[in-house]
Amino acid sequence: MNDSPTTEAPLLKVENLTAAYGPVQVLFGLDLQVGDGEFVVMLGANGAGKTTTLRALSGLVSATGAARFDGTSILGTRADKVAKAGIAHVPQGRGTLSELTVEENLAVGAYLRRDDEVDADRDRWFDTFPRLAERRHQTAGSMSGGEQQMLAIARAMMGRPRLILLDEPSLGLAPLITREVFEKLSEINASAGLAVLLVEQNANLALEVADRAYVLEAGRITDEGSAAHLKANESVQRAYLGV
Amino acid sequence: MHLLAFDTEFFLQRIFAGFESGAVYAMLGLGLVIIYRSSGLLNFAQGEMAMFSTYLVWALVGGDGGGGMNVWLALVLVMIISFAGAAVIQAAVIRPLGDPHLNPLAVVIVTIGLYLTMHELPALFWDSANHQLTPLFGTGSIDIAGTAFTYRALGAVVLLLVEAAAFWAILRYTKLGLALRAVSTNSESASLSGVAVQRTLMLGWGLAVAIGVVAGVTTVGTQVFDPNFMLVVIIYAFAGVTLGGFDSPLGAVVGGLTVGLITETLPFYVDAIGGEFQLMPAFVLILVVLLVRPQGLFGRREVNRV
Repeated sequence: MNDSPTTEAPLLKVENLTAAYGPVQVLFGLDLQVGDGEFVVMLGANGAGKTTTLRALSGLVSATGAARFDGTSILGTRADKVAKAGIAHVPQGRGTLSELTVEENLAVGAYLRRDDEVDADRDRWFDTFPRLAERRHQTAGSMSGGEQQMLAIARAMMGRPRLILLDEPSLGLAPLITREVFEKLSEINASAGLAVLLVEQNANLALEVADRAYVLEAGRITDEGSAAHLKANESVQRAYLGV
Repeated sequence: MHLLAFDTEFFLQRIFAGFESGAVYAMLGLGLVIIYRSSGLLNFAQGEMAMFSTYLVWALVGGDGGGGMNVWLALVLVMIISFAGAAVIQAAVIRPLGDPHLNPLAVVIVTIGLYLTMHELPALFWDSANHQLTPLFGTGSIDIAGTAFTYRALGAVVLLLVEAAAFWAILRYTKLGLALRAVSTNSESASLSGVAVQRTLMLGWGLAVAIGVVAGVTTVGTQVFDPNFMLVVIIYAFAGVTLGGFDSPLGAVVGGLTVGLITETLPFYVDAIGGEFQLMPAFVLILVVLLVRPQGLFGRREVNRV
């Protein structure tokens, strides 16, 4: 991927995004964009503002600036309306509907759909994540963290989004499970033409699967470019790659 | 005293009365459970809303002498009116307080305000004198082991079973039910899947209050009533859901019936509880359950692996 602006407008275009929790400002005018079908990762340490960025985009926290999704402004829109516009958000902690079964979690994911392909889609995600199929009648809260992460992705995909926002899916997962989750994400991105905005601390894995990356430090974007470019960047290596 | 010769007929009478009262507690309990599960709070106005709905039925039927609408038709109509009315009340006074999970105390205080308001409404529209409602069921009875099980008591139990089954089916098989359960377990995650949380809560309120209409009409039965008739009943209903578990519809049914059976039998066999201390068993029950098994018989303790 190259960094120069393409002729097509990006799927998501964020300009001067600013957010605060009470008197504490968290985001200081972020500019970022995600193209149709592009896999973008945002790296940053704890407290850099990654989670706030995603929550501002999906309507869970209020923010100023501009965010256009497929040409329509989404900032200040209620979360369920953002979901309807085609943005899925897998929040930190996976957002498991813990008292519902796996199948019911997926049914909630398809809540807005009126078409008759919901069951077929569900079976497709059961094929992608066989362990969910085994546990389809189990209460979601009783599953392992990795299984819940897979369920969260499948639930998000049940809404047939065009863009998925993922908040640190690796958190609390064993390295092997994290790798499996990232591989699935990469597959979905490639096969479904789904755009991905992933925020992560685990830069090694994230840069392997991403097309492009941003580095967020203390609420400001300090670096951006292709995944290869950032992998080669010395300060990124020091801070996130443990080189 | 019934210590010397155990009076089977009297005991069965008390048991049947226990089922009749318990059915009412259970129906009110179901309403409490819906609101607790979706919003995580107790609606203290649940009983008074049922009381006011009962007045609406009474007015439609044509007042004390009847002569107006058929009582069953009036019941169904008032359930619809109450559903809409409760939804409007939720949108007008509960919703502006925001997510009830974040601000539960404010919402509870508002439901207490609703309780007081509802309590005064019959006097405002009509009066607070004694009235009589055309009963849902005739005065006959069936004979069980030589004891009369009145149609009224039998009807209360049947109505409870019908409501519980309808409620269960709504939760399990409808989109509203799925949304209610999703909001109750994780409202943020539900909204990220496109569930309009506040609208779902509004419909939950409507459902809860509509269920309560039957409880109000059943409580009145063949007796005269005034605006105070729900004051004690709702406390027993609270005891019932505490026993059964605030988040469990099954618990509301079992808990409500159990409290009915206890309160209709115990005072007649334990002299110390009789008369002045009639409410004591309910209070002791609440206390013991909260100490021994805070989640109630059927309530779930949240299990969440990370």
